[in-house]
Amino acid sequence: MPSVEFMGKTFTVDEDGFIDSYDNWCQEWVQWVKKEEGIDELNDEHQKVIDVLRDYYEKNGIAPMVRVLSKVTGFKLKHIYELFPSGPGKGACKMAGLPKPTGCV
Amino acid sequence: MAKHETPLLDQLESGPWPSFVSDMKQQAEVRAKNEDNIDFQIPVDVVEDLLGVLELSFKHGRTHWKHGGIVGVFGYGGGVIGRYCDQPEEFPGVAHFHTMRINQPGGKFYTAEYLRKLCDLWDFRGSGITNMHGSTGDIIFLGTTTPQLEEIFYEMTHNLEQDLGGSGSNLRTPSDCIGAARCEFACYDTQDLCYHLTQEYQDELHRPAFPYKFKFKFDGCPNCCVASIARADMSFIGTWKDDIRVDQEAVAAYIGGEIAPNGGAHSGRDWGPFDIQKEIIDLCPTDCMWMEDNKLMIDNKECNRCMHCINAMPRALRIGKETGLSILVGAKAPILDGAQMGSMLVPFVKAEDPYDEIKEVIENIWDWWMEEGKNRERLGELMKRQGFQKLLQATGLEPDPRMVQEPRSNPYIFWNEDEVEGGWTRDINEFRKHHQR
Repeated sequence: MPSVEFMGKTFTVDEDGFIDSYDNWCQEWVQWVKKEEGIDELNDEHQKVIDVLRDYYEKNGIAPMVRVLSKVTGFKLKHIYELFPSGPGKGACKMAGLPKPTGCV
Repeated sequence: MAKHETPLLDQLESGPWPSFVSDMKQQAEVRAKNEDNIDFQIPVDVVEDLLGVLELSFKHGRTHWKHGGIVGVFGYGGGVIGRYCDQPEEFPGVAHFHTMRINQPGGKFYTAEYLRKLCDLWDFRGSGITNMHGSTGDIIFLGTTTPQLEEIFYEMTHNLEQDLGGSGSNLRTPSDCIGAARCEFACYDTQDLCYHLTQEYQDELHRPAFPYKFKFKFDGCPNCCVASIARADMSFIGTWKDDIRVDQEAVAAYIGGEIAPNGGAHSGRDWGPFDIQKEIIDLCPTDCMWMEDNKLMIDNKECNRCMHCINAMPRALRIGKETGLSILVGAKAPILDGAQMGSMLVPFVKAEDPYDEIKEVIENIWDWWMEEGKNRERLGELMKRQGFQKLLQATGLEPDPRMVQEPRSNPYIFWNEDEVEGGWTRDINEFRKHHQR
C-alpha cells in the first residue's frame, strides 16, 4: 500500500486515498484530505459532518445512510456536496477516516 | 509482436461470431503504431496488458481485479466505477482500469459525427475500449486512470454536451425501447418520456440519496423490448384503452397467404400455410376472438392486450387510439430475498408532456422508500416487507383487482382499528360477565 507524508505524519492509504485504519486518523489527515478533495477552507460545518460520521461509526460499526447523515447534521444532500464536492462517501467518509464504501457503486 | 502470450484467448479468434479478442488485438496494434500521433494520456500498451491479465484469469479461473474502488468527479457521487488490477507489476498498463458510464441518447440512435468525437476523446484519454452498451443502457468507456477522470468529464460536458450516467445508490441511467421512432406498436413516445424524466431527475441520478439503486425503463408496448418488467424498479409499459383497429382486407390477405405472418419472422422453416384459427384465435389467452362471415371479430372488453394477434398480423391489426401506459414496480435480481418482476401498480395513465401524473407516482414512491427503506433494500423488498397496501397508501391509489393475480389464500388479514366497530381497547372483566372461566 502506498503511503503519504504530510505535516510530519505518515499515512498508509489504498489506491483511492482511503486511510488504512480508522485508528490512525488525526487532524493532520483531515488537512491532507482537504487538499485532495478540492476543499478550500474547512469550517465548523465540515467538522460537524466529520464528528457525526465518526460518532455514528464508533457506535454502529458502519457509516450512516445518506438520509441519516442529513437528518443528524441538519444539512440537505445539496449542502453536503457544497461542503464535500466528491459527496458524502468519497469526500466526507474519507476525511473522517471511515473505511471505503463498498457494494455496487 | 504481442507483449504477452495469449494461447487460451487466441482460440477465441476462430469461429463465425465477431471475436472480442481479434478486436482488442487490432486496437492494441492501432495504439502501438499510433499513425495519428496521439499523445496518449494512459499507457500505450493498456490493451495488451488487458489481454495479458485476462489470459491469466483464463489460466487461473479467477478474477485479477481488486475489490471495489471509489473514484469519481467533483460534484457527483457516481458515474465512475473504479477498478485496480491485483497484479500491477506484471500488468502496469491496467494498474488503474476505471470504467466511466456515459448517458446514452434515447433508443441509442447516433450520428457518425457524434460517435467519432467520443472515440477521439476516448482514444486520447482512455484505453479505446468500450462496451456498447452496458445493460442499464449507458455507453461504457472501459479503462482509464484516475487523473484522466476530470479531464474526460470536462471535455464531455464542455465540448460534447454529454453527461455521465448513474452508479451507486441513486437513480441509474434510464433507458427505453426505440418506441415511436420506428415501431408501429409504440403506445407512447418512450424516448420523450425517458429523456424528460432523465432531465427532471438529474440530481437524483448524480448524487446518491436513496437507500439503494433505483431504475426506470420505458417500453412502448407489452412486448417489452427493453425488458422493463424484469430490469427496472419502475417499469413504464405502453398500452391502450379502446379497441384494436382491424383492417379486414388485410386479415383476408393474411388468410389468403399474400402476407407472411409475424412479419416473416418464421420464414426459416416450413410451418405450413397460415391458419388464423390455429395461430391466432386458438392462442388468444382470453379466448376473445372469432371469425364471423370471413371477418375477424374481437371482444375488446375481454382482451388483455397481450400483443399476440397484433404481433402475428401487424399489417391487419393495430393498437387502439386511446393510448397510455401502465406502471409496474419492484423488479430486481435475486439478491437479497429473491428475484422479482414488476407488479402492476397503475393500470393505465396517459403519457402526455409534462407527465405530471407520472411524476407524482414516482415522487410518492421515493418519499416512502427513502423514509422507510433499509440500507441496501430495493423497492421490491420494501414492498414485500411492509406490504403492497403500504405502497398504495404512499401513492394514494385505490386498491384495484388488476393489482393482483389472485386474492390471498391465507386468512391472516390485518384490519385498521377504525374499520372495526368498538376498536381494540377491550376490558377482560366485561368479557367475563358473559363467559365464565
